[in-house]
Amino acid sequence: MRLNKIFKNTLLVLAACLVLSACATKKEVATDIQGQMQGDVYTGTDTVEYLADGVPDRVFFATNESILTTASRETLRAQAAWLRKNPNINVVLEGHADERGTREYNLALGERRANAAKDYLMTYGISSDRISVLSYGKERPVDSGSNPLAWSKNRRSVTVKAN
Amino acid sequence: MTKKILVLLFILIPINVNALIEVDITRGNLNPLPLAVSPLSIDEKSRKDFEKILKKENIGSEISNIVEKNLRTSGLFNPLDKKAFLQAPDIANLKPRFEDWNLIKAQALITGKVNYVDDKLRVEFRLWDVLAAKEMMALAFTTVPNNWRRVGHIISDKVYERLTGEKGYFDTRIIYVSEEGPKTQRIKKLAIMDQDGANNKFLTLGNELVLTPRFNPASQMVTYLSYFKNMPRVYLLDIETGTQEVVGDFPGMTFAPRFSPDGKKIIMSFAKDGKSDIYTMDLENRIVEKITNHPSIDTSPSYSPDGKYITFNSDRSGYQQIYVMKNDGSDVKRISFGNGLYGTPVWSPRGDLIAFTKLHKGKFYIGVMRTDGSGERLLTENYYQEAPSWSPNGRVLIFYRETKTNSKGEGFSAKLWSIDLTGYNERQIKTPTDASDPSWSSLLSN
Repeated sequence: MRLNKIFKNTLLVLAACLVLSACATKKEVATDIQGQMQGDVYTGTDTVEYLADGVPDRVFFATNESILTTASRETLRAQAAWLRKNPNINVVLEGHADERGTREYNLALGERRANAAKDYLMTYGISSDRISVLSYGKERPVDSGSNPLAWSKNRRSVTVKAN
Repeated sequence: MTKKILVLLFILIPINVNALIEVDITRGNLNPLPLAVSPLSIDEKSRKDFEKILKKENIGSEISNIVEKNLRTSGLFNPLDKKAFLQAPDIANLKPRFEDWNLIKAQALITGKVNYVDDKLRVEFRLWDVLAAKEMMALAFTTVPNNWRRVGHIISDKVYERLTGEKGYFDTRIIYVSEEGPKTQRIKKLAIMDQDGANNKFLTLGNELVLTPRFNPASQMVTYLSYFKNMPRVYLLDIETGTQEVVGDFPGMTFAPRFSPDGKKIIMSFAKDGKSDIYTMDLENRIVEKITNHPSIDTSPSYSPDGKYITFNSDRSGYQQIYVMKNDGSDVKRISFGNGLYGTPVWSPRGDLIAFTKLHKGKFYIGVMRTDGSGERLLTENYYQEAPSWSPNGRVLIFYRETKTNSKGEGFSAKLWSIDLTGYNERQIKTPTDASDPSWSSLLSN
């Protein structure tokens, strides 16, 4: 009995170690050499423009996803604060996909991404009247490369001043 | 566009009922049938008249060149070198010396003659079975001289039909998107051309982004997506008159349009609040119906040829897969269960197959499966290719391919390709610019 319990505990500890080490290695692998991607979400600033000081204009997505990352939510909160300070400005959220999908599905995916950003801005008090959504699917990449880094820059929703 | 078709089409001699040579088109092109396309004979006066009108030195040879090229491109026939022909065109058309044609291993022979009659182009042609020493078919057409290329295509269709037992696809056109400029700022225009690449014309100027044109199977109408005024909407275009109109009044992006088989409805997706659902609009009474209602992306719809079913792709399972439902949206069934993502399903005009794009392990495939999802067959693998469109006889698929760029992001191109349902006979279709989103018309005549 006791032996059994000790054995069980050891196993648990071992399992925990394994999980931890797995996490650690996974993170290392997932961050690319230049540190510009996390998972397959772009974290660099090469293509980013600014709506105002400290207000990046775009957020990035994982392949086939429209979930906002922690960094994306931070960017959108900064955009919401800027929009509250500038009540006369309206914006278009332009949603994009990378080239590794079919054209029509990508149009829908771009729309879904832009709407994810729109929903978040609305929860921070921006009226939907001030936000319109436009999907470009895979039609307007910023990076013409055929590699994971280029694709990660292209999976984006960009907030553009409409007036 | 210029298409006042075939003024007359009449049968000279009733078609022979005995089955003679036959080409099995289900088997691939391992043994294309050797045949001889003798230049259509022409008398000197007619030759000179046509030279004046059409600026072609010998219209008889030009028409037979079209026939020869079409038959070769089909992959089912092997037109023999004209230099080996022993008999002169005019005499062959009266009565071929079958021993001579047999000697060069021709199994079938096409002969004919062209005349200039009352300002019209009159063409007669005959198809002969060389081994049986018999005439298989004889037809004559009269039309305006400018239609001479179409006469070549119609002869090709008749020969194809007589020898394979199935309708041809040569007297058809392809609408597509012409592409120019850098990958990040492509200029796109609607363009149309004959199936063999001739008579290319641009239908829009490139001021706005245009995508996914599709022919109405019942007429020369086209539906497509335009970003006119930065509002992506489905449009309807009459290619005869150039008039166009937006389809429906939707408060957001409409996309992925196609016609119903009778040409009376447009089926498309409407995206709102991150969801894309499938809708139809009746072109006569303008009634809009919502067909799917799901928080996922439902798009790329395509009707079965009898109009009773719709295939589409949806990510309701978590990933893009192919589904089939009844035309009222009921009875939705997933049919793709292989590894990878499946999209752009298109129902074959014959009704038995669905062509699709598959993405698996970083490669794109064009394939076909039965309408219940069984019998999946991948026809071609590439870095990027998608959007198959069927030839009207359901034997050939046309699609587009994009190339991988190099480490500097250079070297991008998009081209049209076709492949037989058998998986053989893959070829690039030459276009004056880069090209994508091809859609094949139905047969223009008959």
